[in-house]
Amino acid sequence: MTVVGTPQQRSETALAAWSRHFRYVVSENPVTLFAFALFILLVLLAILGPAVAPYDPLASDTRNALQAPSLAHWFGTDNLGRDVFSRVIVATRLDFIIAGSAVALSFVLGSVLGCVSGYYGGWADRIIGRFVDTIMAFPLFVLAMGIVAALGNTVENIVYATAIINLPFYTRVARAEVNVRRRAGFVDAAKLAGNSDIRLLACHLYPNILPPMMVQISLNLGWAILNAAGLSFIGLGVRPPAPEWGIMVAEGATFIVSGEWWLALFPGAALMLAVFCFNLLGDGLRDLIDPQRRT
Amino acid sequence: MNDGPAIPLLAIRDLTVEFKTRGGVVEALHGIGFDVYKGETVGVVGESGSGKSVTAYTVMGILDRAGRATKGSAVFGGFEMIGARESDLRELRGREASMIFQSPRTALNPIRTVGKQIEDVLLQHTTVRRAEVREKAIDLLRQVRILRPEARYHAYPFELSGGMCQRVMIAIALACEPALLIADEPTTGLDVTTQKATMDLVQELASARNMAAILITHDLGLAARYCQRIVVMQNGDIVEAAPTAQLFLNPQHAYTKKLIKATPRPDSQLADLSELPEAAEVLAAARPVAAMAPVPVSVPGVDSPPLLEVRDLVKEYPLHGQGNGQSALLGRAMRLLRPNATPPPASFRAVDGISFSVHAGESVGLVGESGCGKSTTSSMVTRLLDPTAGTILFDGIDIGAIPAGRFARHPLRAAIQMVFQDPTESLNPRFSAFDAIAEPLRRLGPALDRAALAARIGELAEQVGLPPHLLTRFPHQLSGGQKARVGIARAIALRPKLLILDEPTSALDVSVQAVVLLLLDRLRREMGMTYMFVSHDLNVVRLLCDRVIVMNEGRIVETGPSAELLANPKEDYTRTLIEAIPHFEPGAAPAQRAVVSA
Repeated sequence: MTVVGTPQQRSETALAAWSRHFRYVVSENPVTLFAFALFILLVLLAILGPAVAPYDPLASDTRNALQAPSLAHWFGTDNLGRDVFSRVIVATRLDFIIAGSAVALSFVLGSVLGCVSGYYGGWADRIIGRFVDTIMAFPLFVLAMGIVAALGNTVENIVYATAIINLPFYTRVARAEVNVRRRAGFVDAAKLAGNSDIRLLACHLYPNILPPMMVQISLNLGWAILNAAGLSFIGLGVRPPAPEWGIMVAEGATFIVSGEWWLALFPGAALMLAVFCFNLLGDGLRDLIDPQRRT
Repeated sequence: MNDGPAIPLLAIRDLTVEFKTRGGVVEALHGIGFDVYKGETVGVVGESGSGKSVTAYTVMGILDRAGRATKGSAVFGGFEMIGARESDLRELRGREASMIFQSPRTALNPIRTVGKQIEDVLLQHTTVRRAEVREKAIDLLRQVRILRPEARYHAYPFELSGGMCQRVMIAIALACEPALLIADEPTTGLDVTTQKATMDLVQELASARNMAAILITHDLGLAARYCQRIVVMQNGDIVEAAPTAQLFLNPQHAYTKKLIKATPRPDSQLADLSELPEAAEVLAAARPVAAMAPVPVSVPGVDSPPLLEVRDLVKEYPLHGQGNGQSALLGRAMRLLRPNATPPPASFRAVDGISFSVHAGESVGLVGESGCGKSTTSSMVTRLLDPTAGTILFDGIDIGAIPAGRFARHPLRAAIQMVFQDPTESLNPRFSAFDAIAEPLRRLGPALDRAALAARIGELAEQVGLPPHLLTRFPHQLSGGQKARVGIARAIALRPKLLILDEPTSALDVSVQAVVLLLLDRLRREMGMTYMFVSHDLNVVRLLCDRVIVMNEGRIVETGPSAELLANPKEDYTRTLIEAIPHFEPGAAPAQRAVVSA
């Protein structure tokens, strides 16, 4: 009988093929390479944050307060003498956790709602569609503020609020993508193979809508970071003295007029860089996850 | 040959085209050359990947960015098209040389009315005045025989049938009275009767204008009927170019001979196809596997109880645009309250009370044009679609009564399987060939461990002639024929009793089609399966089926043994269908419209 190859062999070659594919995608587009490099750097900072920061981000040293950037303090020090560079690095983790968990939540929930809505249509589609429209009808940032104000001023609630306002985008993308594939031949073939509706959705349709969802995730991550920082900027969610880019910009803003620009500039730049990175990452992620791009 | 004007309208010389791909630079055309003279129709025939479309695109200067003509020339009316400035080419396209494409629906702008789209071309390329342009557009619609052209002027492409869209494309292409018309697979996806009407129209309009035409097609029969000369292409080379009659009666190149052999004719038999070189592997693989699946071939007889019996099957669809959701809801409520009340007439009967039976071991063809209800019928029989009324008895069990949603887990699911029309679309792009074939076995088959499953899939791959190393590939890495084999392997994995074949070869090249037909025939005999073959191509149906059911507008028109029915159709509709199939008839080659020189 024909030997097809043991599972180990196949998974090994699959891994090799995947890494070759990754190298190809990255080499094809230098912007993707840059975005992935930046992403890896940010993730490393988020993981290693406190370990690589030169100073304790919370230790105040009033004698050295409001010092301009120097060799000792690359980004200067704030009004309590805390090292801005260390605080910017350490803040990466908190911002990434908030944005990541919010996006993960809305991705999962939005995928489920969108798949059901797109696959079954009819009443399920109408109810889910109107529900999502209702969320969209609010100015989203104001809605997030309202949710945090109503649920309580905690980091978890920032996550929930950000997840809720992002939900419509995932639901809509998933619905549209499932809807166009609902009558595809491979779906009928899967029915002939004895798949139940749920199995069919989860194992056959859903993997096929991942590429556009990935683009959505990447764009959304940037937006979620901005949103979380925005909420902390107006004093919701994260509380001082915890290092977080939004709060740091808010605290530093008062010092700009007196000439201490570095307090707000560096966390703001970090925020911008993160958003920029996620926006660039989208196309690269799509190319990576789409099997059609593999050869 | 003829001492006519020696200057060709279009002279292609040593044309070489390269494509930049991920795997490096690929040469798609290897220095080809042919001439087209005023007033003649030249057929460019070849299978997919032969470079026939690339030739046309290069000449018209609409090759996509990855492609580049590296060598050669294409002189059109004294003007060099290769390397010409885009602005010059734009002037020429539409006015001097125009093109009609494969899928008319996608080639037309979906959000503009067809009348406006014809006007666009007229305003762009001719001196017609704005005040008259509308009249001219309507006149063009009339010329391509669109009924009620004044009303159709305002129609959007989605409101027209595929055949009508192609007529609009022809109207656009001919709007400026070009000297050359290139038709790239103009009738793919159209019914045979529509194909005939469209091609007759092109031929008539072209000869009225003494226009030159290039017909690009994979269908030798179509080229034979409409072209004076045929150029046969293979892998970017021209293997043979000859006047039509000469090409058919005395083909020189082995590839031409193969193509002619693989194209089903009204008198060809399955045995003719088996003389093809590719057929050898299919037949060679037959013996050892046959021993493993020793199912006796039952002789179809009327005495045995039918395997499948369909009685008064009806499928109705609600008509859209007649009332809103509210009234539909109201209607549903009314029907709940008074179940015996006659339903509102706002519905369309796709299948209108048909009855037929299929005996075990038989192979029955279900034939008709698009919209005749054959696909709807096969979907209901496969239990992917719920019938509105009627019974579907399978082995004496009324499977029509089981909702389609629940049939997926029914024990009979494994007994009715299907091979789909489009091998690409019917394979999940994220499943490897191995997983695609394994899917029905994992869901419905007996529990197998990893090794047993791999062994079974290896066996199936061997049975359908799929090389085992291809099993790890994804659909987009396989050729059309290989994907078709994966689809067949998946369908037979559970050893179904009834296999529904929904135009399984319509997306394939003729030589691949021949091999797939042979494979299907062999599998049927080996596994004792019953086939229901849904197709619009009577020639193909005749090769594989014992009996044919002809459908039209949701009803059965005629039924009978295939050889008899095709030789002596009783109904006019069947006769029209048979006559519309293009094929080469010696002596009936198209009249030489103008001076032709080889």
